[in-house]
Amino acid sequence: MFVLIVRRTFQSIIVMLVVALLAFTMFRYVGDPVAMLVGQETSLQERAALRENLGLNDPVPVQFGRFVLNMVQGEFGISYQIGRPVSELISERLPATLELSLLAALFALLTGIPMGIYTALRPGRWLSHFFLTLSLVGISLPTFLIGILLILLFGVILGWLPTFGRGEVVDLGWWTTGLLTESGIKSLLMPAFTLGIFQLTLIMRLVRSEMLEVLRTDYIKFARARGLTNRAVNFGHALKNTLVPVITITGLQLGSIIAFAIITETVFQWPGMGLLFIGAISSVDIPIMSAYLVLIALFFVLINLTVDILYNVVDPRLRGDMRSSLG
Amino acid sequence: MRWKISMFAILLMVTISFAAASAQAKELKFAFQGTLNSFDPYNLNETFHLGTQGNVYEGLIRRGADMSIQPALAVRWEVMEPTRWRFHLRRGVKYHNGNPFTADDVVFSATRVRAEGSDLKTRIAADTKVVKVDDYTVDFITSKPNPILHFEWATWAIMDKEWTEANNAVSPQNVGGKQENYATRHANGTGPFKLVSHESGVKTVFEVNPNWWDNPNKTHNLTRVIFTPIGSDATRVAALLSGQVDMVYPVPVQDQRRVNSTPSTRVLVGPELRTIFLGMDQHSDELLHSSVKGKNPFKDKRVREAFFRAIDIKAIQEKVMRGLSEPSSLMIAPSLTPLSATHFKRLEYDPGKARSLLSAAGYGKGFSIGMDCPNDRYVNDESICTAVVSMLARVGIRVNLLAQPKAKYFPKILAPNLDASFYLLGWTPGSLDSWNVLHNLHGCPNLKNGGPIWPAGARNKITRGKFNLGGYCNPEVDRLTDKILGETDKKKRDALIEKAWGITIRDISHIPLHQQAVSWGVSNKISLKQRPDNVFDWRHVYMK
Repeated sequence: MFVLIVRRTFQSIIVMLVVALLAFTMFRYVGDPVAMLVGQETSLQERAALRENLGLNDPVPVQFGRFVLNMVQGEFGISYQIGRPVSELISERLPATLELSLLAALFALLTGIPMGIYTALRPGRWLSHFFLTLSLVGISLPTFLIGILLILLFGVILGWLPTFGRGEVVDLGWWTTGLLTESGIKSLLMPAFTLGIFQLTLIMRLVRSEMLEVLRTDYIKFARARGLTNRAVNFGHALKNTLVPVITITGLQLGSIIAFAIITETVFQWPGMGLLFIGAISSVDIPIMSAYLVLIALFFVLINLTVDILYNVVDPRLRGDMRSSLG
Repeated sequence: MRWKISMFAILLMVTISFAAASAQAKELKFAFQGTLNSFDPYNLNETFHLGTQGNVYEGLIRRGADMSIQPALAVRWEVMEPTRWRFHLRRGVKYHNGNPFTADDVVFSATRVRAEGSDLKTRIAADTKVVKVDDYTVDFITSKPNPILHFEWATWAIMDKEWTEANNAVSPQNVGGKQENYATRHANGTGPFKLVSHESGVKTVFEVNPNWWDNPNKTHNLTRVIFTPIGSDATRVAALLSGQVDMVYPVPVQDQRRVNSTPSTRVLVGPELRTIFLGMDQHSDELLHSSVKGKNPFKDKRVREAFFRAIDIKAIQEKVMRGLSEPSSLMIAPSLTPLSATHFKRLEYDPGKARSLLSAAGYGKGFSIGMDCPNDRYVNDESICTAVVSMLARVGIRVNLLAQPKAKYFPKILAPNLDASFYLLGWTPGSLDSWNVLHNLHGCPNLKNGGPIWPAGARNKITRGKFNLGGYCNPEVDRLTDKILGETDKKKRDALIEKAWGITIRDISHIPLHQQAVSWGVSNKISLKQRPDNVFDWRHVYMK
């Protein structure tokens, strides 16, 4: 297990360096930060001085070296536009994104798995058909469209839910949460649903097909022959074996939920990291962009690592493989 | 049980206090398309930032809802001699932290606004001396007479010397620095509203200043203001329609009918001061992006006239702008000039004549040209360019359009690159006066009179005609522009302005298109006044 972690960590460092290089190369093509930094009357000489000041005139390897060195120290500099340390901005925005992403993932799991099980066990029922049709809608409609339709229905026409922002937020010092106030929870509903709907359909379809597969296997037949109750067969044996791929997918999807929260955050003006990133792109705020990309890469790497370890815990066969391959 | 009772009591108290507060609280919530970055009033010379900060900070003068100049922190001013202006300051004004406002603050602010890192250096010329006469009198000594010295001072916030020094914010925010400037998230102005908290990109909260000097004459009844940036058009409009905010701007043209047809909201539309125009490279010996080689067709006035006449401005107004634009014959909003809107007429739309002008100039078969256009800067900028492309195609000009985000567009077309042959740009004069437009967009971009236009290698040193990207140059216009700057007699000055505009229009220096419209979505719960420079001044907001 220890060897696995060490090996994975080493691989992760390489991944992070590649991401840093990609991010850095990309910034050279997004536009000129100086033009976004100053008003129209700033003289051309001052613009040139500012460019020099920001180190944009240094040779590319020097700029990249400085970028990596600062990144390792967790030093992302001061946002060009907002004028505050990027690490501070990110840590302020992180709770909003994580709260939204985790809730969306939880919603997808807690609804997706039961729906998947139901459609597998009762394939002919009308409710199963309904779920499957619904999942088709969820998988084919783009996120922003779902978001806007929800806003129109629940926000504008019915007037039940707030259409933007986080509502009242409680500051716990190291974390801000919207889960402790009514307006905060209300504000979370639509964005979390929008963000989770795609994952929900994915999980439901995955559970359904896996479960159908497992239900056809011999040991399930034997279990039934032994006279075990339906409940024990379906949930004790079939479901357990269904969940292995579900864990992998869910883990990987959690990373993409966080990363792709950008769209949902834009539609609902959710003040998370994604929104910060979008704003940074349009104004070429390089410090924020680089910090965000590196952070998202870090999330993916960490999640992958966790999934690998979890996999090991859930599936005993992998442990054996591991040992023999190492031996 | 006792615990339960005390909880109940607390809840009850909270409810009662909320109810009491909401009985008098007039909380204005509004949303804007962009974010409010720094709150340092010298950080960015941009309308939304300065306009919002202007509710907290004040200048020596202020602009009324009709853009008229009114006394603010200065009660009155007089021109002692053409190069010496005396400003008499208002007595008894206090900053939000209780510090008194005095002449020292004005002198300090004049230094800070011209310091390294300030984006508002043009508010006061570098060689202008600011002298304290006594605690409530300040003299401004300029090197040359300047009749519009104070025109831009409504957005020159007077900061508290003591407060900035105590909080280590003496110099304006320095881009690329390592430290956050205290003034980025804190403010200490003299204005009608106080900054409570500022989270850039999330929300900014203000409350009313009960000790504002002009409270006896106040025309608003607000107690609190909450600003939220909402970037997505659909979300911003939905926030207004669902009543979560009381005012949003801008309202995209396609949503205006919907906002107007909702009983609880309305759209306020007015002409903006920004002029949208097309520019043409008239200085290069050969265009960078064109099929014509060895010469520059735009040097020929007939070609410029042909381009002008090929553009059907009515169609742009009706189809692209859906009626929300004012076609313009001038490079400045007519309301900012002594001239009436019909004083100068646009050249008539006449594709037939455009064709014959082109053949007369030797381009009977037409030619192709590259056009640069932003796609996220002005109202429907890319659609305007697309329309222009098809209109020019009718007279035989093939246009290759490159529309890109402003972050890519501006570095390409602005000096020193000047990588554009034909481009679309917008301009609002900060001083709300013709001189600014004549100087920046029409002045010869050379280092000395008669020198080469946009000299390679020295483009960064250009100050006159800094945004004259096409390199239009008429020495007579330069001469008039200098005279306009120094002329203190209003009548003579107005005559000079009219003359200068007449020349540039005759020369077809640019192709002015229109003044785009300002459009605000407003809840029927509030009344307000819309300013043509798109500044939302909360002083005029009254809530039912």
